[in-house]
Amino acid sequence: MQLAPGRAPLFPVPMLITLVLLLSTPLWVARAGLYQYLALEIMIWVLFALGYNLLLGFTGLPSFGHGAFFGVGAYAFGLLQLRVWPNLWFDLLGAVLVTAALGAAVAAFISHRRGIYYALLTIAFGQIFWFVANKWHTVTGGEDGLLNIKRLPADFGFVSFDLASNNALFFFCLALFTAVLIALWRLIHSPLGRILSAIKQNETRAAFVGYNVWLYKWLAFTVSTAVAGLAGALFAMAQQSAYPNVMSLHTSGFVVMMVLIGGGLVSFWGPVIGATFFILARDLLGAYTETWLLWYGLIFMAMVLFKPEGVAGVWQAWKGRPRKAPVATRAGDVL
Amino acid sequence: MKLFEAHGLSKRFGAQMVLQDITLGFEEGQLTGIMGPNGAGKTTCFNVLTGRYKPDRGRVTFAGEDITGLSPREIARKGISRSFQIMNLFDSYTALGNVLVAMPHVRRQGFNAWRDLGADTTAQQMAAAVLERVGLKGKEYVLASSLPYGQRRALEIGVALAAEPRMLFLDEPTAGLGAEGTARLMDLVRELKRQLTIVIIEHDMNFLFRLADQILVIHWGQVITQGTPAELRQNEWVQRSNLGALA
Repeated sequence: MQLAPGRAPLFPVPMLITLVLLLSTPLWVARAGLYQYLALEIMIWVLFALGYNLLLGFTGLPSFGHGAFFGVGAYAFGLLQLRVWPNLWFDLLGAVLVTAALGAAVAAFISHRRGIYYALLTIAFGQIFWFVANKWHTVTGGEDGLLNIKRLPADFGFVSFDLASNNALFFFCLALFTAVLIALWRLIHSPLGRILSAIKQNETRAAFVGYNVWLYKWLAFTVSTAVAGLAGALFAMAQQSAYPNVMSLHTSGFVVMMVLIGGGLVSFWGPVIGATFFILARDLLGAYTETWLLWYGLIFMAMVLFKPEGVAGVWQAWKGRPRKAPVATRAGDVL
Repeated sequence: MKLFEAHGLSKRFGAQMVLQDITLGFEEGQLTGIMGPNGAGKTTCFNVLTGRYKPDRGRVTFAGEDITGLSPREIARKGISRSFQIMNLFDSYTALGNVLVAMPHVRRQGFNAWRDLGADTTAQQMAAAVLERVGLKGKEYVLASSLPYGQRRALEIGVALAAEPRMLFLDEPTAGLGAEGTARLMDLVRELKRQLTIVIIEHDMNFLFRLADQILVIHWGQVITQGTPAELRQNEWVQRSNLGALA
């Protein structure tokens, strides 16, 4: 992971582009032949993928069962709303906390592992959650899922916003998205983020310079599931339902494909590109053919074979191509 | 009492007894060399002393405190640092980044997720000073993976030093270095010797005999002899090895 030297910009260019593009969608999305809900969905998936990439790209831990936590967030939001207290803040915060708690519990079982063993354990845990969602009819509604999840109003006390329309929900989610985006951007440049990346590069050495590697891996997993929980909760609101498919192995696979195609292994912004590309491909390719996923899968395979660093990697290679005398690396390139 | 002591250490891998009842001690401020043929158990001994492996039997104490069986992290935090024979660097970080993450100053803010480490000029100056100490001034922003071999060796020591240790274990620091690199390393170790307690595994006997206050010879998983360089020159085992030409 290449990281800029010195002070990281507070609002880097890709962040501004992302936010301006999202913010302006109501102005142009219809003219581009798309619809506002699509922008909302893209944003939610980008959020999920960014949190996931903290684990995969930055800490080097392959979780292939992360869809489960997206789903847990969706179910937790729905259940809290339907059974406990239909208050947006309570339900959102609750969904994040419930997901993070389950994530923390799973992380406790897997954080002493790495590589393929780690990946297999995450799949196993992911399948457990999926199974429970499918079979625990009285709570989860089984295969039908939870219906009638409401887009509750955002009540600030002195003023309350109705989020029932796609536009209103979009702007509400954009606000949360921005906050998480900034927090994650800060995180990867913070001591914590640098240490996570050091652990990815060399776990043994990290332990020998005095880090509690287990605890950092546990924390990375937990934080990334908390973000997944938030994304899942917003997704439940967007879809006005939660169903087992959301936490299936498919969802877990999708987020991996998003992150890898976008270039999450080499860039913080990879997941933004990848998730956008994925959802657009689903809608645009999907309009022509039922088998869009086949074509998408082929693109994915080609990418992994020929350019495993993804779109962001292609961009970096182009930007960093040697111009005059190639130095070992541009002075001051990387932490 | 010695700063670092081990009593009756044994370690077995399967049927093979790799360390047999090793007892040794390192005086504060001294440089101890460990030599012996390949497969004698030198690196295993290091790994047991620095917490990578737990000994099957025996006791290790540091500054009077029992550290037997502690994890590498706990041992590192007590002020014991080590370098590796097979290099263990953070390859995607620059030389400066490698030193930065190894510093206690950064470790203490390890759970800070908000502050920009790149803006921590104090930390960067401290890291740059460590690099200067190991002769890597000017290489701060070169990726560890792009450094030439000799400089990677120096960085290996830099990362170990970054932890501000009281005691430093170096595993074959001259391995693969040319004459010039070895000479430079010798200067560095001579410099460090005044400030730290150092233990070095080394095949280059010339290097050891010039620097060490005390030398241990390990063979068949045991300390077969020990003494000052002058004493060891008289030792039969040492004379029969390839030392004669060098010393």
